[in-house]
Amino acid sequence: MDRILKSNNLTGWLLAAPLLLVLVVFLVIPVIVIVIVSFWQTTEFSIVPAFDLGNYEFLFGSAVTYDVFLNTFKYAFLTWAFTLGIGFTVAYFLAFHIRSQTMQIALALICTVPFWTSNIIRMISWIPFLGRNGLANSALLSMGVVDHPLDWLLFSDFAVILAFVHINTIFMVIPILNTMMRIDKSLIEAARDVGASGAQILWNIIIPLTKPGIMIGTIFVLTLVMGDFITVRFMSGSQSANVGRLISNDIGLLQYPSASATSVVLLLTVLVVVGGLMRVVDIRKEL
Amino acid sequence: MKKNHYSRRNILKGGVAAVAASAFPAPMIWAQDIKDVTLRQAGTGVSAYNEVAAKVKEDLGFTLEMTALDSDAVTQKVATQPDSYDIADIEYWICKKVWPTGNLQAMDVSKITNFSKIAGTFIDGKLTPDSVIAQGTAPHTVGFVDAVDGKTFAKAPTGWMTLIPTIYNADTLGIRPDLIGRPIDSWAELLNPEFKGKASILDISSIGIMDAAMVCEAMGKIKYGDKGNMTKDEIDQTMAIFTEAKKAGQFRAFWKSFDESVNLMASGEVVIQSMWSPAIAAVRSKGIACTYQPLKEGYRSWGGGLGLSSKLSGVALDAAYEYINWYLSGWVGGFLMRQGYYSAVPETSKLFMTDDEWGYWYEGKPAVGEIKSPQGVVMEKPGAVRDGGSFLERMGHVACWNSVMDENQYMVRKWNEFIAA
Repeated sequence: MDRILKSNNLTGWLLAAPLLLVLVVFLVIPVIVIVIVSFWQTTEFSIVPAFDLGNYEFLFGSAVTYDVFLNTFKYAFLTWAFTLGIGFTVAYFLAFHIRSQTMQIALALICTVPFWTSNIIRMISWIPFLGRNGLANSALLSMGVVDHPLDWLLFSDFAVILAFVHINTIFMVIPILNTMMRIDKSLIEAARDVGASGAQILWNIIIPLTKPGIMIGTIFVLTLVMGDFITVRFMSGSQSANVGRLISNDIGLLQYPSASATSVVLLLTVLVVVGGLMRVVDIRKEL
Repeated sequence: MKKNHYSRRNILKGGVAAVAASAFPAPMIWAQDIKDVTLRQAGTGVSAYNEVAAKVKEDLGFTLEMTALDSDAVTQKVATQPDSYDIADIEYWICKKVWPTGNLQAMDVSKITNFSKIAGTFIDGKLTPDSVIAQGTAPHTVGFVDAVDGKTFAKAPTGWMTLIPTIYNADTLGIRPDLIGRPIDSWAELLNPEFKGKASILDISSIGIMDAAMVCEAMGKIKYGDKGNMTKDEIDQTMAIFTEAKKAGQFRAFWKSFDESVNLMASGEVVIQSMWSPAIAAVRSKGIACTYQPLKEGYRSWGGGLGLSSKLSGVALDAAYEYINWYLSGWVGGFLMRQGYYSAVPETSKLFMTDDEWGYWYEGKPAVGEIKSPQGVVMEKPGAVRDGGSFLERMGHVACWNSVMDENQYMVRKWNEFIAA
C-alpha cells in the first residue's frame, strides 16, 4: 500500500487529476455530446435521438459546403499571412531595436491597448470608417485619389480580412516576441563577427529560433479565424460565409443536429491542420 | 405589514379586474404580494422599450425585465429554455414553430378584460366581414387551442389563446426617395439592376422568404400556389433567382436585427430594402428621407403577441395576467402606434393618443401638428400623410402573412445556402 502511494505514477495522476477532471467535464463530454447529436434527426422544434447519416449526407452533398470550407481556409490563410508579417515585424522591432527593457515592456503593453475594448466593438468601429460615405472614402475623395466612393472597402472580403488582421495580430506578436527575447544575443554577435549579413542572420538564426513562437501564434490565429462567425457576419454584411456562420445559422434556426455535424467536420479539419503544424515543428522540444 | 390573503381569482371575478386593467391602476390591496414579482420578457427589439418597463413599474408595481433579441434567437430561447423567460413577446409564425414544444401555456380569455375589443384579424381572421384572408400563417389560425395544455391549434375561437395579440402591421419595402429619385411601385424593384450593390433583404428565413416570394411573383418569374406554403420546387426557384442576384452583386448586405437595417439605410449604403416600420421611424427621426413604400402587389403582414411560459404559476402567473390586461388597456398600444404599428385593441389605444396622432397613424389623415416618435422626437411636419394611408387601406392590401411552411426545414436549409452562397 505504502509503495503504491509513494509511486511516482500515482502522484503524477493525482496531480493531474483536477485538470483532467475539468477537461473531461467541460471539454471531452461536450465534444462527445456534439458527435452524438450530429447523428440525431430533427423536426421543426424537437430533436429526435437516432442514428441517421442524413445530416452528413446533406452537408457533403451540398456544393455550398465546399465553397464555405474553401472560404474558411481562404480567410484563415490570408489572415495568417498578414498577421505573421505584421506580428513578426513588430516583435522583431521590440526585441532587437528597443534597448531598454522598460521600454520593451511599455511598448508590448501598448500593443494590447486595443484589447481594452471588446473585439466586437473594435470590429464594428470599422463600419462607419469604411462605409460608402465613411471617413476612408471621404478622405480618398477629397484627396482626389478616387472620383467615386470605393464600394469594396466595406461589406466585402477585404473588410473581413482587415478586421481579422486587426483583431488577431496581437496573438502573433506576443508568442513571437516571447521566443525572440530568449535568443541569446551572443549568437547574433558571433554571426556578425564571422561576417554574416543582416538577411543571413535573420534567415539562419532568428527565424529558426523563433519557429516555436511562430507556430504558437499560427495555431492561435488559425483556430480563432476558423472558428469565428461574428466578424464574417458583420464585416461582410452577412454576404459571405465561413463554417462558423454555417453553424451559427443552423443553431439560430434550431437545427442542432445539422449544426453538430458541421461542427464535427470543422473540428476534425482544425485538428488535422494543427496536427500537421505540430509535425512541422515540435513545440515541446523547442520551447 | 399584514399581507392580504384573499384569493386573487375571487377579486378578479369581483370585477376589480376592470379597475386594475383600466387607465387608472389604483394601488391595489394585494400590491404587496405582486410588488416582489419580476417578470422576464424575451422578445424582438421592436417592442422592447425601457419606457414600457418603467410604466409597468409605475402602474402595476412589479418589475419587468426585457431582453431584446433577433427573431431567430427569440424562437430558440422560447423553444429551448422555458426557464429563462416568463413572457414571450413573439410573432404568430414563431408561435406556430414553438407551440408544439409545450413551453408556452394557453391563456384563459375570460381573464382578459379587453378580449371582446381585440381586432377581428386575431379572432376569426376577418379585417372586415367581407375581407379575404391572405396567404401564409394568418394569426387566427394559430391563435387558439382547445385547452390550457392543448397541443394542436383550434380551427375556430375557443376560450384558450396561445398568444394575446398586441401589435401588428403591414410591411413593405423601405426606400430612400432622395437617392432613388423616381417612383417605386413594385416589389420587383428590389432586384432591379439599377440598384446593384444598393439593395438589402433581411436574413431571417421565415420573413425573408416571403419578401423574396413577393419579389419573384412581382417579376412574373414564379407563379405560386400559396406563398405561405411553398412547394420544394417553388422554394428552389425562389432561391435560385435570389442566389443569382446575390452573385451578380445586387445586395450590399443582409440584415438580421432592426438596428442594422436603420444603419444601412441612414448611412446610404442601401437605398431599397426589406424594412420594418420602427426602422423607418428611426431613420426619419434622424432627418433623413425614408419612405415605407406602398407597392401594387400588396403588403407582407405580421402579428405579434404575448405568450406565457409554461413554468409560470402562482402569484407570478397572476402578475402576468395583470401585465397582459394592462398591455391591452391602451397605454402601450398608443406608444407603439406612434412608431407605425397597429394596436390589436385599437379602441383602448385611441384613448392614449391625441386626435391628430390617431388621424395620422390610423386614419391616414394629414397631420395637423407635428407628429412625434414614441420618444418625443419630431418625425413629421404638419400636413404629412402616412405612407400607404389609412388602416383599412394598408391592412386591406395584405398579400401574405409571415409564415411557417410545411417544407420549413427544407426552406431553412435552402435559405442558409443562399446566405452562404
